[in-house]
Amino acid sequence: MPLYELTAHELHEKLKAREITSVELTQSVYDRIGAVEEKIQGYITLTQDIAFEQAEAADVGFQRGDEMPPLAGIPIAIKDVICTKGVLTTCGSKILGNFVSPYDATVMTKLHQQGAVMIGKTNMDEFAMGSSTENSAYRITRNPWNLETIPGGSSGGSVAAVAADEAICSLGSDTGGSIRQPAALCGVVGMRPTYGRVSRFGLVAFASSLDQIGPISKDVTDCALMLNAICGHDPMDSTAANLPVPDFTKSLIADVKGIKIGIPKEYFTEGMDAEVEASVRHAIELLRSAGATVEEISLPHTEYAIATYYIIAPAEASANLARYDGVRYGFRAENAEDLIDMYKKTRSQGFGEEVKRRIMLGTYALSSGYYDAYYLKAQKVRTLIKSDFDKAFEKVDVVVTPTSPTPAFKIGERTADPLQMYLSDVLNTPSSLAGLPGISIPCGLTQSGLPIGLQILAAPFEEEKILRVAYTFEQHTDHHRWKPEL
Amino acid sequence: MATITTDDVKHVANLARLEFSEEETQQFTHQLARILDYIGKLNELDTTDVPPTSHVLPIRNVVKEDVAEPSYDRDLVLATAPAAEEGHFEVPQVIE
Amino acid sequence: MADKKYETVIGLEIHAEFSTHSKLFCTCEVKFGSDANTQTCPICLGMPGVLPVMNKRALEFAIRAGLAMNCKIASYSKFDRKNYFYPDLPKGYQISQYDLPLACDGYVDFEFEDEIKRVRIHRVHLEEDAGKLVHADVTGDPNRSYVDFNRSCVPLLEIVSEPNLRSPAAAIAYWRAVKEILEYIDVSDCNMEEGSFRCDANISLRPVGSEEFGTRTELKNKNSFQHVLAALQYEEKRQARILDEGGTVEQVTLLYDLNTGRTSPMRSKEEAHDYRYFPEPDLAPFEVDPEEVERLRSTLPELPAERRKRFVEEYGIPAYDAGFLTTTRQMADFFDETARLSGDPKASSNWIMGDVSALLNSAGIGIQDAKVTAAHLSELIQLIKGGTISGKIAKSVIADVFETGKFPKQIVEEKGLAQISDTSAIEAVVDQVIAAHSGPAQDYRDGKKKALGFLVGQVMRATRGKANPQMVNQLLRRKLDG
Repeated sequence: MPLYELTAHELHEKLKAREITSVELTQSVYDRIGAVEEKIQGYITLTQDIAFEQAEAADVGFQRGDEMPPLAGIPIAIKDVICTKGVLTTCGSKILGNFVSPYDATVMTKLHQQGAVMIGKTNMDEFAMGSSTENSAYRITRNPWNLETIPGGSSGGSVAAVAADEAICSLGSDTGGSIRQPAALCGVVGMRPTYGRVSRFGLVAFASSLDQIGPISKDVTDCALMLNAICGHDPMDSTAANLPVPDFTKSLIADVKGIKIGIPKEYFTEGMDAEVEASVRHAIELLRSAGATVEEISLPHTEYAIATYYIIAPAEASANLARYDGVRYGFRAENAEDLIDMYKKTRSQGFGEEVKRRIMLGTYALSSGYYDAYYLKAQKVRTLIKSDFDKAFEKVDVVVTPTSPTPAFKIGERTADPLQMYLSDVLNTPSSLAGLPGISIPCGLTQSGLPIGLQILAAPFEEEKILRVAYTFEQHTDHHRWKPEL
Repeated sequence: MATITTDDVKHVANLARLEFSEEETQQFTHQLARILDYIGKLNELDTTDVPPTSHVLPIRNVVKEDVAEPSYDRDLVLATAPAAEEGHFEVPQVIE
Repeated sequence: MADKKYETVIGLEIHAEFSTHSKLFCTCEVKFGSDANTQTCPICLGMPGVLPVMNKRALEFAIRAGLAMNCKIASYSKFDRKNYFYPDLPKGYQISQYDLPLACDGYVDFEFEDEIKRVRIHRVHLEEDAGKLVHADVTGDPNRSYVDFNRSCVPLLEIVSEPNLRSPAAAIAYWRAVKEILEYIDVSDCNMEEGSFRCDANISLRPVGSEEFGTRTELKNKNSFQHVLAALQYEEKRQARILDEGGTVEQVTLLYDLNTGRTSPMRSKEEAHDYRYFPEPDLAPFEVDPEEVERLRSTLPELPAERRKRFVEEYGIPAYDAGFLTTTRQMADFFDETARLSGDPKASSNWIMGDVSALLNSAGIGIQDAKVTAAHLSELIQLIKGGTISGKIAKSVIADVFETGKFPKQIVEEKGLAQISDTSAIEAVVDQVIAAHSGPAQDYRDGKKKALGFLVGQVMRATRGKANPQMVNQLLRRKLDG
């Protein structure tokens, strides 16, 4: 089996046993990229020089027989929304087309400490705004399972790379489902940790009260290893929780006896794809037969989540993106008559349509006379959505739902109508608004061979319960071993 | 909630330092109107006594000690500047 | 002088930079005068992905400032984003406080025209400062402006008064009083030349007796008492003229030009700002418990007004002296300690207001940087009281202390300045002088009392100023009369 097809935990054993070197492994991944990247288009920047330096350093440790962390020497792809020192960080936008970050995000420092190998920066919807990665200013990433379809978004590049074995695992970011939804569409594992679990320092902000960095991997074990590496309090982030990080690998128990699963009726809507529903219900039955109890619950404010999200996120984004003004870094338009002209030309030329649309929406929602009706109202409904979950978690341990109402749709299918695109987030935005942790794991394929994802949510800081349920399901199936034909 | 007009869109574009062609303005007006119409759903809910959520975690009083550390090297800081002169970031003239 | 038809209504928004070691949200140093952009980092430059973390001491300074201005400290306070575009504002928003500031509903008393006036403080809040825009006149190219972000993210205290002030002069007196308070509690060096202390002034006129407020104009961001006074006086007259002619005052933001002596509207402020405030998601809210407030209150020194009162009551010195001695907190501390150590407040006050201040002024330093301490000065006062040296000699001694930092006793010894109070020694000299100047001696015996002065002078000369003058006087008279 080629090295690039393995998981991080499998590779760690081989590296430890000195059967392989990290340099070999890294080369294997780059060879794979060479073979399939033209079709997938998952990367914006490849960082070979740095990668091989890191691989060599890891090899020195392995050779010496040092105690090496689980991700040492493992090739990992990084979503281009995360600042990497000395490396281009574009956020999928022209406005940062030349931005070489002078500093590393905290998660990058943590990965460096593990000795991980950075393969490259991956493609994404511009500034993480989108559900298909079609909003990138650079390229369209294709779903490895069907190249005519989208990989999902906004972490499309990071997800496609893992699905196509162009990276062993990757980092993405999730604001309203941007890790979970593409993970489901591409048949890999994607986790959004509890808001505050992972430092946001160095994560280019889209919506500050919603953004979280999370791991994308081929199986749940690798997900746990990645979480161990990236979670933790950070004094550089005032919103990072000051809580101890458990060893998430201890949750990798294939047993759900006594676990109470809640199935929210509002998540099985009429517009849902029949195959998706069938696959998810089948998965739930499997968990029941593995010993979990299953009950129907209600999350009554679910239908208001999209509306709530699409006020709060654009409002915060309109402020977060105000810094892109051509003054200190990034793109600056030429031939501006004066300062205001420079601002307007820079931002209008530098930002894509979806970004502009959301900035407009957000600015409007915050503007004089509209704040109460929109932003304040949305904040209040957010409280209601959160309290739905608080009540549910008094009765159940985890909530299980489909990750996406449909499998991957065709490239170009929803670009004409922004609202249609927004509605694809319907199953992910409620938990984002509540700050909850959530995972998507593969639970089947449609007749036409497109992946279907199972979403597992838990109360804040209860990732361990999620991992246990996910691991159990995984161990009873082999969806995580299926790979697309490329 | 009022329907958004092209004048609203022009005003908001100015606040956000964006500029659009007439056609784009029309298109944005149409799209934003649709989205805002959908968002109007929230009015179905009575939120009179509901407190707003600005922070999803109950964190309070996060502070750091008042210790100065060396700043970044100016060359590194100006390396990203689209235009710089005599150690300053350069912009088109600002008239006060 | 304002037209008596109208009542002038003024409110001030004062901004003071805190003298913390590091900036409000990052670890860059707060320092004035460095080369442009050498005190910056990704955070205070608003680079992608950065986050703010609150400087604990800045928060404490803000609470202490609120307490010193008699405000209520909020038990729950938060920060908000104030959104607007300007080249000196790196993030395109300023992190400030909107509806839940750290402190509110206070007051500041100050002396004005021999009365104590009170200005109510509406609110006091903490925010970050912006960078500095440098214009064509400095760099030469008229089409470009330049930005220095050293000042970006420096902690800024904003103090908003109610519109209680009724004249430009009163406004300046209030502004000075606030400066004094902030300097006294050591939160800001209030250095106006360096730009760490500025104010915006709002002024409107209304017919005398009217309850309603007139339209106000705003004068922006000035850091000179003289400038603001002149600007307000000009505005007062300008608005009065408009109202006299039956016109209406336009609500604008103005810049005052010291050269022309006139105000004109600020171009960049022509459009009304819609700041689109919303709660800052990157900062957790602050809950200040009452115990912490009391602890911070206990760290406040005695404030200037209270101190002046105490000096008058406890030390029995005149109000004018008390005013002088409390010009700075360090001077007041120096006086307090000297008075205590020497046991003679009046002498302490005289020496400080006289020779010590003169020495400080010519050296251009404050008492805190001088070699003279309260211990030095009180020793000097005791030496004079004990008769070891005369007041005149003491003047040269204090100058020496100022130069060298040596104690007065040591200087007197080293230079042999001790007064001669030995009766027989002085007697000998007196006899010599009377013998040498028989003419003036006879004049005195004949009733010309003034001749004594000449003879005293001769004895002092002969003893190189060291004879105890009272003793000389006594002995001469005894010998001449007797």
